[in-house]
Amino acid sequence: MTSFMPPAERIWWKVPVGREEIVWILIALTWCLIMFFMMPYWHIYGKQNLSNEAYQTTPAKYGAKVQEGIDQHKVGEEAGVPIVHPPAGSDVYMLGRLWQWWPILELEKDKTYRLHLSSMDWQHGFSVQPININMQVVPGYEMVLTVTPDQAGEYGVVCNEYCGIGHHTMVGKIYVKE
Amino acid sequence: MAQFRTCPDTGLYFHKSAESLIKANAVAAAVALLVAGVLGLLVVLTRWQAVHLLPADQFYMALTAHGIDALIFWIIFFEMAVLYVASSVLLRSRLATPFWGWVQFVLMLVGAIMTNWAIFQGNSSVMMTSYAPMQAAPHFYLGLILFAVGALIGCFVFFGTLVVAKQEKTYDGSIPLVTFGAVTAAIIAVFTIASGAIILVPTFFWSIGYISHIDAEMYRIVWWGMGHSSQQINVAAHVAIWYLIAGLVFGARPMSEKVSRSAYLLYILFLQLACAHHILVDPGVSAEWKVFNTSYAMYLAVLASMIHGLTVPGSIEVAQRAKGFNNGLFEWLRKAPWDNPVFSSMFISLVTFGFLGGITGVVMGTEQINLIIHNTIYVPAHFHATVVTGTTMAFMGVTFFLIPVLFRRQMILPGLAKLQPYIFGGGMTILILFMLGAGTLGVSRRHWDMDFTGAALGFDYPGMAYTLMGIGAFGGVIGVVGGAAFLLITVGSLLFGKKLEPSAGLLQSFGVPLAASCYTDERPAILPRAAAAEGHHGSSFEAPGTFVLALVLLVTFVVYYFINWKYLASVWQLS
Repeated sequence: MTSFMPPAERIWWKVPVGREEIVWILIALTWCLIMFFMMPYWHIYGKQNLSNEAYQTTPAKYGAKVQEGIDQHKVGEEAGVPIVHPPAGSDVYMLGRLWQWWPILELEKDKTYRLHLSSMDWQHGFSVQPININMQVVPGYEMVLTVTPDQAGEYGVVCNEYCGIGHHTMVGKIYVKE
Repeated sequence: MAQFRTCPDTGLYFHKSAESLIKANAVAAAVALLVAGVLGLLVVLTRWQAVHLLPADQFYMALTAHGIDALIFWIIFFEMAVLYVASSVLLRSRLATPFWGWVQFVLMLVGAIMTNWAIFQGNSSVMMTSYAPMQAAPHFYLGLILFAVGALIGCFVFFGTLVVAKQEKTYDGSIPLVTFGAVTAAIIAVFTIASGAIILVPTFFWSIGYISHIDAEMYRIVWWGMGHSSQQINVAAHVAIWYLIAGLVFGARPMSEKVSRSAYLLYILFLQLACAHHILVDPGVSAEWKVFNTSYAMYLAVLASMIHGLTVPGSIEVAQRAKGFNNGLFEWLRKAPWDNPVFSSMFISLVTFGFLGGITGVVMGTEQINLIIHNTIYVPAHFHATVVTGTTMAFMGVTFFLIPVLFRRQMILPGLAKLQPYIFGGGMTILILFMLGAGTLGVSRRHWDMDFTGAALGFDYPGMAYTLMGIGAFGGVIGVVGGAAFLLITVGSLLFGKKLEPSAGLLQSFGVPLAASCYTDERPAILPRAAAAEGHHGSSFEAPGTFVLALVLLVTFVVYYFINWKYLASVWQLS
């Protein structure tokens, strides 16, 4: 008379279901639907959504765009990495490669930027800390995030997709100025 | 002529060939668990920043092997044993084509050894996911392919056995619920392995130079068609084991065959969509695709798990109340055999899978919330709750049952066995909770050094992140002690446990049949249908205690879910 024997009733699918199972299924289904509709709701009313804007690219093409951004808007250098201060509202380019985020970005608080990300080689993880925003950076794809940093400060960009022996040294920077 | 023996203690029938295969697969699984456990210890002792045991190259090698040995080799070897139990043993049927069963075992064994060999040679430290374009040695992929082919053959031996049982009329009525759950697992396994073949075969050819380019994003999407779905095999399999243990320990019957089986059907229909969980912050996929797939089409597979979450403990409650444990809401639970490791393992598995694994999985699989969690150590915390305290503890529980029944040995160290589920479950729960916390603070997964030694530009995690990682790692060490206790008890029992009649020697523990006299050519009696239940279904609830527990789960779920939306709302605006 157990779960590992054939059902007692030959036509088991016609046995009525107990009340608490029905009540629970209705509660659970309601909750599932609420969770489902939270996602489209947030697309309309929430402020943290991904644009899903992305382009196929190549390391050479993307690298040239990053270099162009550095040539136009470089304002300094830190530990050998150029610091770029792009105009508010503009397209901003950053790349990941073994084992660097390149260049350092200097952004203005409450201004909106179109941040482009791609990888020159393997996959990387773009993890802005301590604010904790995490994106997958994939070679051959250029992802565009429209981002509005609303807290000033110094942010680390940790690589959080394993990328070989120097993975733990792959740290970049974003400065958000008042 | 098929030969069977009866277990004198339980009345279960064992087909000689099936019995040998179950033992061989279970022993191979235990070896994989041993390797995975040792590596797991090395991994936690490295991520515990104050200890920081291994150098970087060895850490990544150990982490790669830990993931593959635990998540693939331990679990899938054990699942092969589960499939043969659920078909041949539970249906009292001979196993279809024992020859192909051994092909399954040998291919999986060769594959497992080959992949481990590739990893420990040192040039395949690519993590379990082996994301292209990072490349491993060719035999890393080839080993996985052989292992998968073996597993696929095992699934077809299982399906063949169902056909044999049906044709030879070894049972009356429909297949039992537990077998139905195993069918679900095997069906999911078939399309999981198909996904694996679609991506791993070209990747293998790429690694030997026959294919020039593997698209990194395509790799991710198709690989996760295997990687996530294979975890859904585990869910289907360990839920089947929950039902099995409820039946074995309490004589519990499903509250409703229709409800439980429909829930399994939802798994088959919707679980496969979950590859999207891993692609939520990737370039090149649309929001519509993410929302539909990450939610298993409106969370219908989550609904299925919530149903099992009620019906499994509910069936135990009904059985306990029928025995007279009727006082209050929870006497049935208080008077459960908490010192029986078969039950306590199963119940810890049920609770941790629901409260820790299930809730965190749904939260981080929410399209937008994923961006504050992706690739942080929150992720391994989640899946340790699903596959370690969830799947692994369910498998450990049923192993304690199988030692005397299948291996014919009395369990050694019964006192330690009583404690083992609490040590293992408790330690792993500490690991999980504190890694969840560290992930919320942004600590990265798969990362050797949270101090970023040698980096040109630095970043300092808050001190709390170090504290949480340290406590979590301490929990991990306790978990390893619990895992070691499990292997000590099980392997020790096979070697030194008192022999039960009909007795088994050392070789028998590894798959050699028992003495010929144990078996007869006589066909087992036809497996009857369960006795009819006395009419319970009235206007009152049969399992009110379970219903209250389910509501506690729901409230926890709702609160935690909205806390994470609130946390998301605090980060930079993105559009």
